[in-house]
Amino acid sequence: MDVRLQVSMVFHLDKCIGCHTCSIACKNVWTDRKGAEYMWWNNVETKPGTGYPTKWEDQSKYKGGWEKKDNGEPELKMGNRASRLINIFHNPTLPKMDDYYEPFTYKYEDLFDSPEGADQPTARPISMVTGKFMDIEAGPNWDDDLGGSPVYAENDPNFSGLSPEEQQELFDVERLVFFYLPRICNHCLNPACVAACPSGAIYKRGEDGIVLINQEVCRGWRMCVSACPYKKTYYNWSTGKSEKCILCFPRLETGQAPACFHSCVGRIRYLGGILYDADRLTDALKVDDDKLVEAHRDIILDPQDPIVREKAKENGIDERTLEACERSPVYRYVKEWKMALPLHSEFRTLPMLFYVPPLLPVMAKTEGGVYETANEELFSPIEKARLPIKYLASLFSAGNTDQVSYALKKQYAVRLFKRLETVGDVSKEVVEHALAECGMDAAEAEAVYRLTSLPTMDERVVIPPMHREEAMAMLDDDMWEQKGSAGFGFREAPVRGA
Amino acid sequence: MTWIKDLISPKTRSWEEFYRNRWQHDKIVRSTHGVNCTGGCSWNIYVKQGIVTWEMQALDYPLLEDGLPPYEPRGCQRGISYSWYLYSPIRVKYPYFRGALQDLWREAKKKFPDPVEAWASIVNNPESRARYQRARGKGGFRRASWDEVNEIISASVIHTIKRHGSDRILGFSPIPAMSFLSYAAGSRFLQLLGGMNLSFYDWYSDLPPASPEVFGEQTDVCESADWYNSKFLAVMGSNLNMTRTPDCHFAAESRHNGTKMVVLAPDFSQVSKYADQWIPVHAGQDGAFWNGVNHVILKEFHYEKPTQYFLDYAKRYTDSPFLVELVKTENGFEAGRLVRANKLSRYKTEENGEWKFLIWDELSDGPRMPGGTVGHRWEEKGGKWNLEFKDTSTGEDIAPRLSLIGDDCRPIEVIFREYGTDAIFKRNVPARTIETEDGRTVVTTIYDLLMSQFGVDRALGGDYPTGYDDEDSSYTPAWQEKFSGVGRETVIKFAREWAVTAEKTEGKCMVIIGAGVNHWYHNNLMYRSAMTALMLCGCVGKNGGGLNHYVGQEKLAPVAPWSTLAFAKDWYPASRLQNAPSWHYIMSEQWRYEREFKEYYSVPDNSAVGDQLGKLAHMHAADVQVKAVRNGWLPFYPQFEKKNGELLKEAAENGATTDAESVEYVVKQLKDKKLKFSVEDPGAPENFPRVWFIWRGNALLSSAKGHEYFLKHYLGTHTNKIAEPCVEGSVEEIDCGSEPPSGKMDLVVDLNFRMDTSALYSDIVLPAATWYEKADLNSTDLHSFIHPLSEAVPPSWESRSDWEIFRGLAKKVSELAEKHLPEPVKDLVTAALSHDTKDEIAQPSIKDWSKGECEPVPGKSMPHFKVVERHYPSLYNQFISLGPLARENGMGAHGVKYDIADFYDDVVNAQSYPLVEWDGKKYPSLKRAEEAANMLLYFAPETNGELAYRAYQYIEMKVGRPLADLGEKSRNARVTYKDLQAQPRRILNSPCWSGLVTHGRAYAPFTYNYERLVPWRTLTGRQHFYHDHEGYVAFGENLPTYKPSPKPAAFGDIKLSKQGEKTLALNYLTPHGKWHIHSTYYDNNRMLTLSRGIEPLWVNDEDAIEMGLNDNDWVEAYNDNGVVCTRCVVSARIPRGVCIQYHSPERTLSIPKSPIRGKRRAGGHNSLTRIRLKPVLMMGGYGQYTYHFNYWGPTGVNRDTFILVKKLEKLNW
Repeated sequence: MDVRLQVSMVFHLDKCIGCHTCSIACKNVWTDRKGAEYMWWNNVETKPGTGYPTKWEDQSKYKGGWEKKDNGEPELKMGNRASRLINIFHNPTLPKMDDYYEPFTYKYEDLFDSPEGADQPTARPISMVTGKFMDIEAGPNWDDDLGGSPVYAENDPNFSGLSPEEQQELFDVERLVFFYLPRICNHCLNPACVAACPSGAIYKRGEDGIVLINQEVCRGWRMCVSACPYKKTYYNWSTGKSEKCILCFPRLETGQAPACFHSCVGRIRYLGGILYDADRLTDALKVDDDKLVEAHRDIILDPQDPIVREKAKENGIDERTLEACERSPVYRYVKEWKMALPLHSEFRTLPMLFYVPPLLPVMAKTEGGVYETANEELFSPIEKARLPIKYLASLFSAGNTDQVSYALKKQYAVRLFKRLETVGDVSKEVVEHALAECGMDAAEAEAVYRLTSLPTMDERVVIPPMHREEAMAMLDDDMWEQKGSAGFGFREAPVRGA
Repeated sequence: MTWIKDLISPKTRSWEEFYRNRWQHDKIVRSTHGVNCTGGCSWNIYVKQGIVTWEMQALDYPLLEDGLPPYEPRGCQRGISYSWYLYSPIRVKYPYFRGALQDLWREAKKKFPDPVEAWASIVNNPESRARYQRARGKGGFRRASWDEVNEIISASVIHTIKRHGSDRILGFSPIPAMSFLSYAAGSRFLQLLGGMNLSFYDWYSDLPPASPEVFGEQTDVCESADWYNSKFLAVMGSNLNMTRTPDCHFAAESRHNGTKMVVLAPDFSQVSKYADQWIPVHAGQDGAFWNGVNHVILKEFHYEKPTQYFLDYAKRYTDSPFLVELVKTENGFEAGRLVRANKLSRYKTEENGEWKFLIWDELSDGPRMPGGTVGHRWEEKGGKWNLEFKDTSTGEDIAPRLSLIGDDCRPIEVIFREYGTDAIFKRNVPARTIETEDGRTVVTTIYDLLMSQFGVDRALGGDYPTGYDDEDSSYTPAWQEKFSGVGRETVIKFAREWAVTAEKTEGKCMVIIGAGVNHWYHNNLMYRSAMTALMLCGCVGKNGGGLNHYVGQEKLAPVAPWSTLAFAKDWYPASRLQNAPSWHYIMSEQWRYEREFKEYYSVPDNSAVGDQLGKLAHMHAADVQVKAVRNGWLPFYPQFEKKNGELLKEAAENGATTDAESVEYVVKQLKDKKLKFSVEDPGAPENFPRVWFIWRGNALLSSAKGHEYFLKHYLGTHTNKIAEPCVEGSVEEIDCGSEPPSGKMDLVVDLNFRMDTSALYSDIVLPAATWYEKADLNSTDLHSFIHPLSEAVPPSWESRSDWEIFRGLAKKVSELAEKHLPEPVKDLVTAALSHDTKDEIAQPSIKDWSKGECEPVPGKSMPHFKVVERHYPSLYNQFISLGPLARENGMGAHGVKYDIADFYDDVVNAQSYPLVEWDGKKYPSLKRAEEAANMLLYFAPETNGELAYRAYQYIEMKVGRPLADLGEKSRNARVTYKDLQAQPRRILNSPCWSGLVTHGRAYAPFTYNYERLVPWRTLTGRQHFYHDHEGYVAFGENLPTYKPSPKPAAFGDIKLSKQGEKTLALNYLTPHGKWHIHSTYYDNNRMLTLSRGIEPLWVNDEDAIEMGLNDNDWVEAYNDNGVVCTRCVVSARIPRGVCIQYHSPERTLSIPKSPIRGKRRAGGHNSLTRIRLKPVLMMGGYGQYTYHFNYWGPTGVNRDTFILVKKLEKLNW
């Protein structure tokens, strides 16, 4: 048993309001500069929809992630090392500007500077790349709120599992629906970006599992951009380096939530330490698609288990960190309650960001132009939700509908349980049946409710202590000296080509 | 897995410093966003090297009671992008001057060294005036110095006062709650001058008139944490994700606590994603749906299986047991007015007996008079204004009956009108006959009328529905289908779940409602339908229940001291506060473009108030408006065709020696028709408004319903409207003889941090400090904290805070006044009859003195008149000093008063409080905004516990029941500006508000009334189902009623516009958007990038096929009012026949030229709108239907607009 610590995440999609505050929080701090304009380390997508960059989930186009070879071993979908080197100067699977968008601004100055004329001046859009007038035809969130769009919703790659009839139904008023999918780097246990980098610039930090691109070592080959199936590394055209979400490690190191977690007004984001067994990673990657979620969950270790604790300490994980893992909300949602699922586990990167799938409004029927949603129940059972379970399973469980159903049924059961307690207009039998269906007892239902509805920031985000003094002491073990001189000196940004 | 490296080699990882450096910052300062948004979020502003780099939400809100989710974090995508503005290319960094005007000014200054004379020479010359007016909005700005712009603005002010009178100077700034002091700076300046402030809440159509109608309250709602206490959330016309972004989580979290959530919205709006059930009610038909729900509730939960809690609630807290007279008309009996107590011989001599009302008492089996009515409220002595079940004349216990059904009742056939299908139903109603001073009268209860109005067959006989499936009889579940498009089964199930939840939880059902409903012409009726369901199930005044309307950040918590400060009540006893909808309708000449309102407004032909009054419902809205001004129902400024000072001089010349005699003279002039109100002839130059200050808002576009009419008639520049005046022959009271004038305004001044549309069209743009560069205060109805705005960095470039700008103007005006207005100037101020004063019992019936129906009596049958004396050279000193009238008169709001003299003296005598001294007297200083902030906090019951205690004592006297205990525990609490900067502070219990917040309890409105038996501030003191005002009876809105939306043809927006091929006529909706708060943030590159770089027009996919449109194509949207060119978004999410352009884009960005309007630059969203007023809301001087600024009056509705949409084939910039 090789116990490692991973700072992991849960996004509760039932609570996501699609506001994109997270995206701006990140942009303000990290990517508001030349070459980074189009980078959205955090973005939010409307589902069904095509996302950013367009149709990123379609690996027949982008060849991201891993695939299981006949021998059971995983290999990068973009090819083995030799074939990648051949393409190093011409990478056919790299997203192009059209797949992202041309960053734009406006000629605001014309509002101030136009001489008096016969008509009103207007500030026309101009390209941030060329500085010339442009037509805005795309953006990083182009299909926002576009449920029922013939251009975007219809081309969602997750529709491939649905019949044409089922697809068409999602345009009818009876089933019309959308929800939101916020995305950041998954800080995967098996990151394809790391494996693909020809320069060895990308690494996963031993102490917390954060995946970083070393800005001094990166040579801008962009293999990571192709290899990441989530398209969460971006090439900075100004510095010539690739960059990606750093999980706000400077904030984590000082005990603060990452900016996107801090700013999440839907309060959907949870962060905490997860212990996992690195020895069993390879095995977990060899299972069939429908077993992936389970295998992934399997390598997560119980922080209360004495053996795990002992082995963790052997690996240098301290007591305070273990305590933080015990309080980890991620552990509860993912491992204990099995309510949070990885996004597209079939990409086989073992992403460490998990999603609680959303409940959705009940279906309806129309007759003679009159709309009826009447159903017997107070809360509609998950089978009557507007999106087929199959669709959600395509996103969150590599097609395994049981996993998604289970996560949804638990939410449904908790709601009924609380309804009985707070109103009393549902029968005890109905509630007990709903709880039994997902093997939940009253204590667990109460715990799920509290962590979903009531948590403070301190409960949503439990950051293992980072012990910066130890890291800094490695540079110079005279910490007293470092205290007095921290921050003095000159620092330089990464230089193109260097 | 060998490539997963434990990289601990410290040197290899030293590059990580790169990102650590970026994160480092120098300081964090707390501020918030001063835009018209209900968020009121606490933000940390990060400053690095003296520059604002970003902002993050503060997380340190004090927790509320156990079991409620915390408020953190608050703040949305818009707020977090604000830092973009500070150093952006759209920031106004310097004063700007319209070049054409600057040239004229500099030329004039050469000829006339005196700036006032120089200004006069420009505006008195029609040619030069037209020259710069024409240039408005067409570029040609030049940078100017502060000295130069302050001089010309002050000169224009002095000139206007001298030539036309101060009431020709006006200001507009929206919702003060977002930045109290920035608003107050301008309003204080204007009110000291004798100028006029335009209202905003009603103009934005954010005021829900149903709230004053039913609750007697402007708006009072629960804080968002209370959503969590609800067990049934019905969300309609309010897109929580979009517009309550920082609060939305409470709804989600409540669902996981077992709460049912249903969304009513025509489109699959963002909030629908959250709902258990989405009900796509047809746009604007929510009222029909709720009426069906009410039918089921009354039938099943009141009649068939009466729910005790519901009945008890209705008896005590609603007007339902009150007796209404049934009046015989030529059609039969109709519901008339409440029976007045003094009609009974036993109550004949009661004080205010005409304003006290009767219930049927079960104990004595006869009509009895309970307390708590408006008559009790305004008694000299007080002490009987409460909701106890007692006859206040005898002190005997009473037991009100809801229904008169019983042995002695006789059913009487009564007429009920159904406006959807234009049917009349004759339904029997249980009635009793009572002996009155005027003879025998047939009466019934409001409850019985409700039962019949909603069609509950109680075996009384008449045209009652045969059952739920009766499609033709109002208001069954089947009846509502044809309007709402929602099936009957859905309605029935909704009603049952709603009522069962309310029964089990004693009222924890909530309606969250907003602009999506409130912006329709008949919004008050739709609201009343939903409120009926709440009141029938005992949900108002309960935590987790009630009607919660969130549009516009209307709640300024420390409202009492603020209104003293903002309206200069500390110096002058009268202010000029104008309701903007009436004003713009008249002044921007939009009234000339329509005929009688009955063309689109369903009103009864006959009415129970007689033909004479019935005529009210068949006039032109402008005529009703004139009547409203004459009768003192609504204000209007300018007041008269003559300058006020001139009138007073005339009075003196005619022998008046006192103020009272002067007023008498003016009244006589009016009576003899020798003097006209300005409203009677708005086209005449002597009635023009002249100088307009706009600050904190986008008055010329974002809120400007009829924007293109503004451009023509106010500004005198180009316009894209093609509509023609058509009023001739349809008005009697207003002069429509002259050609509608263009270019009424001499000078338009805009204070702004960004070059928005209003700035672009103004003559002078003053650079305003941003919200991270000034001290101010902020509160909202969505939470119960007060937040500061703080100076994270000093105002950048040459910008100044609003406080500093108006203070600077005050100084310059004072300086010029030394020469031009050195002596005290007398001013006659008119004011409408006022809410929360004795004016509420001024007019028991409608009588027009100008028609000889009664005598003109100021403050009774006509406006109040007040003579004040202004001293312009002291304007600056007054501005910076808290004046003596505050000490003398005390402070108050919402009918509450408290003394502050001791606190005032403490300040003046204190060693450490900043004071100003002039003319030998000391005053508390208001010189710096921070000082003014501390003054507000010091004198407010919400932040000074002793004053709260005192205010409760005052109300105790009126109510006659103990209340001061509510303030007892926090008597020592005080809050300062610095406290707020350290951590958000919660407001204290205060009788200025109707919620209770003890021990972290979530604020919910009317819990104070419910628990403490304090009456609502209405006619009966209860919540009103019924409105017996003669106007309401005449308009057929006395009972909760369904009325259809105005038909497009009758509405008249598409008369001259041609509908060619592949062009659709669509209902044009402008709900609040995701990427901006009104127009703020619209031009922010962050938001433009995350949206589509423009505010597109959303259309349905099948409609798009008919128009030949693909997603992101350019479209031209137009009607007679104007044209919009933008791109389209195509989605099945939008229903057919409807299109959406989210409120509100700017016409400053990416607007091409319009082919159908001669290739002129297209406009903004309000280019397609024109205002229509609902005249029933113009009445006044009667209970809760009495004017107060932003409180009562018609609203700026706009949802009933239709437009033509087609593809824009060729783009032209």
